[in-house]
Amino acid sequence: MLKTFSIGGVHPAENKLSANSAIEVLAIPQKVVIPVSQHIGAPAKAVVAKGDVVKVGQVIAQSGGFVSANIHSSVSGTVTKIEDTLDSSGYRKMAILIDVEGDEWLESIDRTDNLVVDITMSAEEIKQRVAEAGIVGLGGATFPSHVKLAVPEGKKVEVLILNGVECEPYLTSDDRLMLEKGDQIMVGIQILMKALNVNRAIIGVEKNKPESIANLEKLSAKYKGIEICPLKVKYPQGGEKQLIKATINREVPSGQLPLNVGAVVHNVGTAFAVYEAVQKNKPLFERVVTVTGKTLAKPSNFMVRVGTPVSSLIDAAGGLPEDTGKVINGGPMMGKALSSIDVPVVKGTSGIVIMPEEQASRRQATNCIKCAKCVSVCPMGLEPHLLSKMAIRQMHDKLEAEKVMDCMECGSCSFECPASIPLLDYIRLGKGRVGSIIRSRN
Amino acid sequence: MSSIVLYTLLTLSSVGALAAIILYFVAQKFKVYEDPRIDEVEAALPAANCGGCGFAGCRNFAEALVKADEFGSLYCPVGGNETMEAAAKILGKEAVAMAPMVAVVRCGGSCDVRPVINKYDGAASCTVASALYSGQTGCQYGCLGLGECVDACSFDAIVMNPETGLPEVIDDKCTACGACVDACPKDIIEIRKKNKNDRKIFVNCVNKDKGAIAKKSCEVACIGCKKCVKACNFDAIVVENFLAYIDHEKCKLCRKCVAECPTGAIQEVNFPERKVKKEEEKVVTETSEKNKEEGAC
Repeated sequence: MLKTFSIGGVHPAENKLSANSAIEVLAIPQKVVIPVSQHIGAPAKAVVAKGDVVKVGQVIAQSGGFVSANIHSSVSGTVTKIEDTLDSSGYRKMAILIDVEGDEWLESIDRTDNLVVDITMSAEEIKQRVAEAGIVGLGGATFPSHVKLAVPEGKKVEVLILNGVECEPYLTSDDRLMLEKGDQIMVGIQILMKALNVNRAIIGVEKNKPESIANLEKLSAKYKGIEICPLKVKYPQGGEKQLIKATINREVPSGQLPLNVGAVVHNVGTAFAVYEAVQKNKPLFERVVTVTGKTLAKPSNFMVRVGTPVSSLIDAAGGLPEDTGKVINGGPMMGKALSSIDVPVVKGTSGIVIMPEEQASRRQATNCIKCAKCVSVCPMGLEPHLLSKMAIRQMHDKLEAEKVMDCMECGSCSFECPASIPLLDYIRLGKGRVGSIIRSRN
Repeated sequence: MSSIVLYTLLTLSSVGALAAIILYFVAQKFKVYEDPRIDEVEAALPAANCGGCGFAGCRNFAEALVKADEFGSLYCPVGGNETMEAAAKILGKEAVAMAPMVAVVRCGGSCDVRPVINKYDGAASCTVASALYSGQTGCQYGCLGLGECVDACSFDAIVMNPETGLPEVIDDKCTACGACVDACPKDIIEIRKKNKNDRKIFVNCVNKDKGAIAKKSCEVACIGCKKCVKACNFDAIVVENFLAYIDHEKCKLCRKCVAECPTGAIQEVNFPERKVKKEEEKVVTETSEKNKEEGAC
């Protein structure tokens, strides 16, 4: 019996169309747009000016606080503009625009493919390097990784959990990374273990990635303290709390952090980025992005420089199909549709999913028939039908009492609702309002 | 037989008398004094319970009026000066007269001038949509057209115009309670001074983008050119973040800015027609024909 989390969850069609496409390095575009806010927390502050010549890996925006991250140039060239530019939400946000000239890297970066296994840095040095390299959680939430490595005094981490679940349908970037860069991920995990001072790490991988599991299991013999935990396929197993429950059978109490149950969770992609930052001195300026969809000619996995327009990824995957209804930034469950494909790839872009018109449109919402399917699939044990009604009626006190803030917006409720009610839309609205009420209280 | 009736009557009356005495003392002990004037003032208020005064309902407002030494900023926008005078009379205080106000929707981005570039099919709520993304058009500041302001209005004073896809305020019904202002996530609606004959001059745009970007997304956007600032003799117009704003307290409704505005972002409403030069007339007819061809969206 394979492990999984205990309450709720759904089984969307997997559609891992690009699982067998090896990671290709995408050509560097002629122009890049690098937003200064690609993470949760304070936006970074631009430290370059118009006309400056930058190299690959150079810091172009400095972290704007503790919960923030440095931004590095992903290309070499000249800064042409620093202005508000369209981001993935359709709003204009501050970004640095660079015209590409050649591909000149900072000399301090080790560009060879040699695997560096020995970790020479101390725990403190690792944490500092991770912060300097601007590494954020690459699973999609983009929480600055150095914050997660800074364990408060009095707290003890017992186990490091690696998220290789990739429970979102369609997406295969982590799968390919585990298959092709297994060694680097293993060393990255060892680095994270050293930084956190733990001697046990568990990689959670869903069993629909048998090749990755086999590869990691083979490699884990070489590296001490790393276990592979194959998991039953169920969405949203990649949720932090769900993964902890599935792998070590501990429940993170409402409103608390994984640290309270002795666990820290990082994505496997983050582990790879940590390897590159610590062993190769390479900051985070490129990532693997899955470009996929049933109507797309060539579903692929690309290694992409941050700032590359989404349109050039789609072109490389065979061009935008004519009957496209939505281009989704992220997976089909939690991703958001893009209003323009000219927006840039950022650190948190895990995939681009093309949906044909007939699949993309939502069905007409009808009345709630109180079937309670949303209640039974909610992985956080909430009552989505109730929360959405309360949000519409602005019953903020009750929303808070019903733990709306525990909602992680996985969308299982909206996915399962037979009446096609946009439950999550309203819950997110209520969550936003309750969140601001809570913040104003402090 | 008769004795049973007698005993019953006696017992019941003594229990009743005892209970009455207890209740009398309890009532004395827990007596809450309520100013009778609160009821009177409440009766004088419009009983709309709209919250336009900033209180939860008309009774709360009545309590506040009774408690207050001076009315000051306490004002019922729905009842207006008449109601406030009535309340002042009951309380023997002085009413502070205020100019009547009206809600103004500051977005002229109808579908023929602001093209729709994507389709939104989420929950029909402006707040939900604006939290997700910038909207169906290229303008990230403009009206989303999902009608949250219409739902918020207790007086049926704001309606969606299906032809333009924008909400319209019915001035006669609007009480300036501000419910629509609070409901709009894009801060498009503003409470402005109500002028004679419902005349209005205002910047019908809230786009803070640079001129070129604003103009690209919407033909009637304010581009921040400051021509109106130069035209204004009363210092009523300021341009900030590439967006003009007309101070309704200073504006004398001279219409000079309207004539200067190159994009038509400044609107005049309910003014008598002015003499139109021949050239301009042509332009007007062209656009109206274009609108007819494209029809409603």
